[in-house]
Amino acid sequence: MATDVLTTACPVPIPQGDRVRLAHGGGGRASRDLVERIFAPAFANPCLEARHDGAVLSLPGHRVAITTDSYVVKPLFFPGGDIGSLAVNGTVNDLAMCGARPLALSAAFVLEEGFAMFDLERVAASMARAADAAGVAIVTGDTKVVEKGKGDGLYLNTSGIGVVEHARRIEPAAVRAGDRIVLSGDIGRHGIAILSARESLGFDTRLESDCAPLSGPVTALLESGVDVHCLRDLTRGGLGAALVEIAESARVRLELGELAIPVSEAVAGACEMLGLDPLYVANEGRFIAFVAAEDAERAAEILRRHPVSAEARVIGTVTGAGRGLVSMRTCLGASRVVDLPAGDLLPRIC
Amino acid sequence: MKYLDEYRDGTIAKAFARQIERIVTRPWTLMEVCGGQTHAIVRFGIDELLPRQVSLVHGPGCPVCVTPVELIDEALALAARPDVILCSFGDMLRVPGSATDLFAVKAEGGDVRVLYSPTDALEVARAHPEKEVVFFAVGFETTAPTTAMAVRRARDEGVTNFSLLMAHVLVPPAMRAVLAAPGNTVQGFLAAGHVCTVMGYDEYVPLARQYRVPIVVTGFEPVDILQGVYMCVKQLEEGRAEVTNQYVRSVRRAGNAEAQRLMSEVFRVVPRRWRGLGEIAESGLGLAEGYASFDAERRFGLHAPATHETAGCRAGEVLTGRLRPAGCPSFGARCTPEHPLGAPMVSSEGACAAYYRYRRGAALQEV
Repeated sequence: MATDVLTTACPVPIPQGDRVRLAHGGGGRASRDLVERIFAPAFANPCLEARHDGAVLSLPGHRVAITTDSYVVKPLFFPGGDIGSLAVNGTVNDLAMCGARPLALSAAFVLEEGFAMFDLERVAASMARAADAAGVAIVTGDTKVVEKGKGDGLYLNTSGIGVVEHARRIEPAAVRAGDRIVLSGDIGRHGIAILSARESLGFDTRLESDCAPLSGPVTALLESGVDVHCLRDLTRGGLGAALVEIAESARVRLELGELAIPVSEAVAGACEMLGLDPLYVANEGRFIAFVAAEDAERAAEILRRHPVSAEARVIGTVTGAGRGLVSMRTCLGASRVVDLPAGDLLPRIC
Repeated sequence: MKYLDEYRDGTIAKAFARQIERIVTRPWTLMEVCGGQTHAIVRFGIDELLPRQVSLVHGPGCPVCVTPVELIDEALALAARPDVILCSFGDMLRVPGSATDLFAVKAEGGDVRVLYSPTDALEVARAHPEKEVVFFAVGFETTAPTTAMAVRRARDEGVTNFSLLMAHVLVPPAMRAVLAAPGNTVQGFLAAGHVCTVMGYDEYVPLARQYRVPIVVTGFEPVDILQGVYMCVKQLEEGRAEVTNQYVRSVRRAGNAEAQRLMSEVFRVVPRRWRGLGEIAESGLGLAEGYASFDAERRFGLHAPATHETAGCRAGEVLTGRLRPAGCPSFGARCTPEHPLGAPMVSSEGACAAYYRYRRGAALQEV
């Protein structure tokens, strides 16, 4: 038809179809199409409706927490979650650990040319579900596309802000001798779920990642008036690394009871087979709280009312000032040191 | 996992410790052969339950630790070639050769991959027919059957771009070397349970007879190890030197016949240099004549270059039980898992790594 020739539209057709193309990251019509088709419906909220370069938020007159994290997990989909839920929960949890109520997130996607649209839709839907569950909105974002072979399908960055609605300082420096350490649940699920999905390890496990938002139980803890001194979510280095980092920055000594630390049968068995120590296996839905001794049991009880922290327990004590030594009473009653792991966890070989 | 709880039960463990205390009348030195046992001892603090008279020294049972520098240098040279994909177990990547390690070669662009099994390396070879895939085969008798399986499969399926850098070693010759060394103090052994699952334990009988040492095939959990110590001390106190089996839930006297057949088809016994221990006769596995074309040394015309050990590393003494890790002047100071001088500080089976990881505080306070 003649009128077609006279249109001012870009002569390059809008990429339709089932794969991400370089044009989707070009900032033109294809980019907009991607946003309109996948992200805007998934994350719908008034801030996004403005279709602006950024989001303008009204923050109540409180202290504000801000955090950012990038996600490069492989495989993108794993038992119990995917890169989308991980990216939302990870940032929500970092805010929660500052004692903040998460308000809003940004999401930046680095897509590899050829990535399946269907998978992108799954990731967006999973992010929307996770954001809903945590009560946050995804208010702004960005999309870039890199050439095929220059990425692992999808990298994701999320930043988040939250408000601190109390006057307490929740940080390593607030940890004191005598404080008790409360752990929110069993450890090592995320790391083992990822490993079993990634490698042909030959063990059959129904194990799912513990990936979950922790803002619920943390808010409950803070609102209950429990004297919380420090919070830390357990991520890559596991419980061991989190404890050593806090002990070193707070300049204290910690003592743990091995028998008090819950480890599921599936995680214990897989760790035994792979020669890993569950203490250093990654988590994405667990945290530790340093609380005043007299509040410890009450804190664990409050956490146990939430499904994501239903197995919360007191696992150790801050024994005094020091240079960050973490020791653990073993199941035999002997004592061992808990140190930072050196580099990546590697499987043993014999 | 129920079986784990049972073998980590503090009450049962302490009951064995009390039994040992009841029968012991004088000092004894036992060596646990396997690095996995060393780690369990240090991790759970099993030695703290033992009476003063019984001391445990740590053996050479860490395959990564005893792999000689020249083989690591060969692996490094292969990994740096653009036509080669070098595969090995994770522990091997951080072990220092004479100048660098595999992680560094990888960072410089070498294609180095961490695998869990040699058969995975065969998969890599199938997926990359344009490349030469070399598996750096490290381990004791425990992992040798899976290496043999991969080679035989490669031959049967006509995969020609796959080869092995053979570093497999055998445990009994190393135990003999420990016993024959001047100044040996080891009076009894806890033999490596997993190795015996494959090989059985008849081959230890001549050793026990010749050197008058009891040898107890032992597992890896706290209760296993304490029971193994009890069985060994009992023999010593009664003047016996027999080969007995604590790890009955996994080990049969004759071992796994099928695995042994496979090994004898694919491998031949060769002399091998052990890092820190020197050359030990009939202590390594090479490829048998019918499989010689899968030998990476032959395929690439490699010959061991001249090597030197890092000054200050006393791994040989540690691996033969003559020096405790914390007694080494470099331990925790010049030598750490991040900057290891020798393999025992690197491997998850290494004695120095075990002490660093679980005892550093105590060890440093002692110094």
